[in-house]
Amino acid sequence: MNASIFPPASFPQSLMTTVPSLHFDQVSFEHRGHRLLAPTTLTLSGCQRTLIMGPNGAGKSLLMRLAHGLLTPSSGHISWQEEPPAQAMVFQRPVLLRRSAIDNLTYAQAVSGVPRRQRKHMAQQALEKFGLVALAKRPARVLSGGEQQRLALARAWLLNPAVLFLDEPTSALDPAAIKAVEDAVNEFHQNGTRIIMTTHDLHQARRLADEVVFMYSGQVLEHTQAQHFFDTPASTQAGAFIRGELVW
Amino acid sequence: MSPSENPFYTAFALILGMDQGLIDIVTLSLQVSLLAVLLASALALPLGAALALWRFPGRNALIVLLNALMGLPPVVAGLCVYLLLSRAGPLGQFGLLFTPTAMVIAQVILVFPIIAALTRQQVETLHNEYAEQLRSLGLKQLRMMPTLLWDARFGLLTVILAGFGRASAEVGAVMIVGGNIDGVTRVMTTSIVLETSKGNLPLALGLGIVLLSLVTLINALAHTVSETAKRRLG
Repeated sequence: MNASIFPPASFPQSLMTTVPSLHFDQVSFEHRGHRLLAPTTLTLSGCQRTLIMGPNGAGKSLLMRLAHGLLTPSSGHISWQEEPPAQAMVFQRPVLLRRSAIDNLTYAQAVSGVPRRQRKHMAQQALEKFGLVALAKRPARVLSGGEQQRLALARAWLLNPAVLFLDEPTSALDPAAIKAVEDAVNEFHQNGTRIIMTTHDLHQARRLADEVVFMYSGQVLEHTQAQHFFDTPASTQAGAFIRGELVW
Repeated sequence: MSPSENPFYTAFALILGMDQGLIDIVTLSLQVSLLAVLLASALALPLGAALALWRFPGRNALIVLLNALMGLPPVVAGLCVYLLLSRAGPLGQFGLLFTPTAMVIAQVILVFPIIAALTRQQVETLHNEYAEQLRSLGLKQLRMMPTLLWDARFGLLTVILAGFGRASAEVGAVMIVGGNIDGVTRVMTTSIVLETSKGNLPLALGLGIVLLSLVTLINALAHTVSETAKRRLG
């Protein structure tokens, strides 16, 4: 990824404004009688990179889907400080339409109301940015896992989000592809996008996190600055998680 | 068996001789069935997609009804259209009975439930895969409809073909509302019935072979298109 072409002149500069904070007020979630998220109060503020960590089934993806509005809480409510900002989400397994790579991008632009004349040009820039120019005309679903995830990031890029959610975006990728995704995440962040990302990869969290939300069994156990979390975890579960023990 | 009694010989003689009567019958058959499938698709594709996307009271009942209507006996559909279009019927004033238009109407009624019910299944499956991403992009159901219909296009081609198979193969409905009038409403299936009852089995079989070949040809074309595209698009 080439930082020198960034930011492209055609992108609005509004994304440099401050990101509104997100507030969870006693939010819980139940599904068929099972409580998957205990009542949670949490405020995510500032333009940080928040890593939601914890073992499988801890409720990381759930927390993120609630924040993004894909799920509705069973009780409590979720509010943004102001109007809900522009958001995008990158999933563990990228969901791409059965069309060419560039058509996947122009589709997202069309949906978000970008005038037809500007779409091709901006999509082309995004492909360049994510190293996908040679694959523009290829059907998106025959691309490799890493290429698909980069295409999903390019699509998110074009939506110009104030908040970017990423749900274990690298869990199925090889190291080179992981590096590309992490570089992209950092570019989003440098461009003023707030990052909220789940991972169970400790090393990835150390590389990326400004702050950590640690979840265990449907509860938020910790929400602290990353350095503090890794040096002096407050809960025994987090301590064991950081030491790589399999205690659950 | 002399060559003239051999049904295959008869069939090929008819086809190779470009028999005008045969050409008229085949043309009318294709016109009626293709038009019926086109009209039914225009109605059933959006309806099937809507059924997949919206939850409302009575939705399950509607799905069961559509599934049941996939097995609607053509003679029953024919009878209903007959009653509607006959002189004394509510639409009698238009004088449509025993015209190709009446046959198209009857076949639309037969084909519509098939395309709607199968489209619902296809779109629902695809929606399960796409739902989170599309909602993340901020899409409401109405905007999802064209996206899902387009992305399900290869599966839906097969669905439409199933509808065409039904239309081109049925005889009960077109017989009742068309009347099998020579040169006006005679199609392949009604000709086969007529020739069989006349004892002209070679001609009946010959027509059967032509019908089967046409349906096979159309299916082969669609299959090739769909497979090639699927391989290219993943």
